[in-house]
Amino acid sequence: MKAFFEMGGYAFHVWTSYGIALVVLVANLIAPALQRRRLLADIARKLRRSRRQR
Amino acid sequence: MGIVRFIHQTGSPQYFYRIAGLWIPWLGGLTAILILAGTIGGLVFAPPDYQQGESYRIIFIHVPSAWMSMFVYMVMAVAGLLGLVWRVKMAEVLAVSSAPIGASFTFLALVTGSLWGKPMWGAWWVWDARLTSELILLFLYLGVIALYSAIEDKRVAARAVAILALVGVVNIPIIHYSVEWWNTLHQPATITKLDKPSIHASMLIPLLIMALGFKLFFATTVLMRARCEVLDRERNSRWVQSLVEPQSE
Repeated sequence: MKAFFEMGGYAFHVWTSYGIALVVLVANLIAPALQRRRLLADIARKLRRSRRQR
Repeated sequence: MGIVRFIHQTGSPQYFYRIAGLWIPWLGGLTAILILAGTIGGLVFAPPDYQQGESYRIIFIHVPSAWMSMFVYMVMAVAGLLGLVWRVKMAEVLAVSSAPIGASFTFLALVTGSLWGKPMWGAWWVWDARLTSELILLFLYLGVIALYSAIEDKRVAARAVAILALVGVVNIPIIHYSVEWWNTLHQPATITKLDKPSIHASMLIPLLIMALGFKLFFATTVLMRARCEVLDRERNSRWVQSLVEPQSE
């Protein structure tokens, strides 16, 4: 198990690569999910405002 | 008749929004399984390399990322062309939605390449043909993203972006053949269409699983981004308004 994490002396290079990949992939999932929620909220807010003004 | 109807329907933003919403969870689930399987295969089951030891395991991130950086660019350019010539709205949306994902893959290819290059070549970076052309690819993606956000009218912006993307296509064969055309530090392709791959099946299988996983990751996230883009562009249409306030219908 210890040998697995040591990666034959390349632990830093291998694990940093996989770590950065994880961060980049997860960020690409979160960003559009948040943007969609924000957009829907924004559209709803503007719709309510335009109704009130009428 | 079926195909004409299909293109017409998927070309409708409302239809696209609904269908993409149904596909995303399934594509996402399959993506997660493939990437997990590829990671375990690459880190646990694949044997160490006889020359590079354990450090070569970066290949399972690096090569699929690099492939995707070029694949996504071609998707973006072709979709841009469809939008430019035939004014297909959804092609415009697909093109602009591809850019941030392509930039992410390019960034990953560069960073993991650097992390692999340091122990193997003794340098984080060299101004070699392969590395430099890949860096230019990143700048092309960033240019597309910046140009799109700089122009207010989304349809005008999409046209400008498509032209930039099409001009940048010249860089793709340069990246691909750079290891053959110039003397470079970068090793030649491990897997080519014509020859037998130069790696053993125990390494090849996780690499291909990972590549498929990354491809489906792109499919999933490009649909997610395209849905946002459609919502933004169609915010004044009836179907979007009934989406946020179903009771008002």
